[in-house]
Amino acid sequence: MIDRRTLLTGATTAALATPALPLRAQTRTEIQFWYGLAGVLGERVAEQVKRFNDSQAAVNVVASFKGSYTDVMTGAIAAWRAGNPPHIVQIFEVGTATMMAAGPAIRPTHQLLADAGVQLDPKQYLAGVRGYYSDTQGRLVSMPHNSSSAVMWINLDAFEKAGLSTTNLPKTWAEVRAATEKLKAANATPAPMTTSWPTWVMFEQMAAIHDVPFATKANGFEGMDAELRLTGPFFQRHVEFLLALQKDGLFRYGGRDNTADALFVNGEAAISCMSSALRSRVEREARFKWASVPLPYHADVIAQPKNGVIGGASLWTLTARNRTPAEYRGIAEFFRFISLPEQDLWWHKATGYVPITTAAYEAARSEGYYRANPGADAAIIQLSRAEPTPNSMGFRLGGFIEIRNIIQEELEKAFQGQQNATQALENANRRGNVVLRNFERANRA
Amino acid sequence: MNRKVIFKGVALPYLLLLPQLLITIVFFFLPAGQAIWFSFLRQDAFGIRTQFVGLENFQDLFADPLYIQVIGNTVIFSVAVTALAMACALGLAVLADRQIRGAQAYRTLLIWPYAIAPAVAAVLWIFMVHPSIGLLGRALNGMGIAWDYKLNGGQAMLVVIVAAAWKQVSYNFIFFLAGLQSIPKAVLEAAAIDGARPARRFWTIIFPLLSPTTFFLLVVNLTYAFFDTFGIIDALTKGGPAKATETLIYRAYVDGRVNLDLGTSSAQAVVLMIAIIALTAIQFRFIERRVHY
Repeated sequence: MIDRRTLLTGATTAALATPALPLRAQTRTEIQFWYGLAGVLGERVAEQVKRFNDSQAAVNVVASFKGSYTDVMTGAIAAWRAGNPPHIVQIFEVGTATMMAAGPAIRPTHQLLADAGVQLDPKQYLAGVRGYYSDTQGRLVSMPHNSSSAVMWINLDAFEKAGLSTTNLPKTWAEVRAATEKLKAANATPAPMTTSWPTWVMFEQMAAIHDVPFATKANGFEGMDAELRLTGPFFQRHVEFLLALQKDGLFRYGGRDNTADALFVNGEAAISCMSSALRSRVEREARFKWASVPLPYHADVIAQPKNGVIGGASLWTLTARNRTPAEYRGIAEFFRFISLPEQDLWWHKATGYVPITTAAYEAARSEGYYRANPGADAAIIQLSRAEPTPNSMGFRLGGFIEIRNIIQEELEKAFQGQQNATQALENANRRGNVVLRNFERANRA
Repeated sequence: MNRKVIFKGVALPYLLLLPQLLITIVFFFLPAGQAIWFSFLRQDAFGIRTQFVGLENFQDLFADPLYIQVIGNTVIFSVAVTALAMACALGLAVLADRQIRGAQAYRTLLIWPYAIAPAVAAVLWIFMVHPSIGLLGRALNGMGIAWDYKLNGGQAMLVVIVAAAWKQVSYNFIFFLAGLQSIPKAVLEAAAIDGARPARRFWTIIFPLLSPTTFFLLVVNLTYAFFDTFGIIDALTKGGPAKATETLIYRAYVDGRVNLDLGTSSAQAVVLMIAIIALTAIQFRFIERRVHY
């Protein structure tokens, strides 16, 4: 017995006697942070965390790449169920309603900050970003991190070839259609137009821009009993517009989610609606002159288009039985750090995501960043050009990942010619409402 | 006590069985039991609110016309993959069994695809059949055939069937080759002397003598098509376009992991479990009778 104890003491002394560097690292509070961005954007996240770690000595954030957004979310939920979740997890915007309904599993950001005594004014964040992640009282529930919006990307070389203006770019869908007709006539690219994220761009963004409800209850912000409104005349009109484009050989369906990104980047489609965060990839890979402009709108539906909605992800604080106040304080410190205007400005310029704070946006503008990089502010303009209405604040719908896929599936059937716009929208609406009701039942105690 | 001829007492045999039993219990029985239990529950993603709903998950499942469609997809997919993979493997094995120069090299090359991870195999196929970057896809479009498996459901099904079968050919090939090599040469020579042509020799002698191998591979291939083709479908089509390539196992994955609905997903896992148990039982009960051992 004595022998063992001596041994143990010896081991402890040995551990304490090891060089000072690892010892200091041990005394820093360790914060686990799971994220889901691959490639260049993933490197930027790692860099962001390193900047924070180098800036102070009390907290050490350990960032781990855990696969796609879906993988990160399911992984974090499984880890919480097993009692060992990460402190911070990056959740894409469609997972917001699921996370908000998770009550005891999450620590709302406003509460986290208040407990840690860290002051962060919600007003410093861009309205479109703040609204998406706030509760009904305007308090932040998750921490804005990487936000983008959908913008229209244009291959200027193809436009030139088709005899189209490269300075006066299409603003309305009628102008887009006219341009695709010219592109086709000149055979400028194999496909005149495509789109990434069919649901996010053609339904969510379009509903917000045209101030049309996607669902009742302010798109779910005011309660879990929201119902989809996809059978309305606006969606009917817009889906018919897209189907007609496809029928006339002006639009090519490029697949679900972001699979169509490649069609624009490799020069196969002259026009595409994609995330604004694609900027770094387009800069690196596109072998042609390009531009990014706000999404088009139907001028006969709305004269002054409203703001678009964000995409991207935010940071959620997960609870655990053995979390210490010091750990929560560490999380709050990290959130404070990434909201500093100079850090946010760096993030904006390094990634192509929109700045999350107005201060960083002003700074970028005053130093002439958007003059040097035209189009880099298309998403910001689109996000902040109008005061958000209940239809353009964002979406808080349970099972939204599934609803997005349902809409994509029904749209695919319509593009295949198996059903018309009315049938597609009715099916999507019915199936989506089943998802909403199931979510409501599962999340009401 | 005469029956226990090898071990005295029960402690040692159980002790020796323990590691295997533990693995089976921890990795098979516990998860399967949990799936059965979850299939009677409705819960939110985090498992904070849990409610016993009886058979409601199963009722919802079979009331969903899309689930019935998925069952149809699975049958088409599994039968096609099994038939294609076994036919190709048998053909290749017969060819590789001949006395040819470098037979060893051919055999080794034919085994390669089995070592490739499903996701990598899918990427290889994307590079061949993608409508705009794939060699084959571009050639087809160049010939005026409208090839776009991202929008055409039938073409998408064809692509996942071919890709899934291709991955399984190697495995079948090894077994068929071994089966062929164990057929006594004397029987074949006797038939040849009697004037039976190669085709006749194949159908009347080789094929019946191969039946134990064929039967074994039938079971293995069907199980493969049911359960192990998830990776290929996910990387190639994600079940689309418009659910055209969604199979039972893929749907269970989507509902459980992407849509975070564990109750529905578990109910589907239970249905799959029952289906595969029934299928295996039928195979052993009826098909095995016709097998020559």
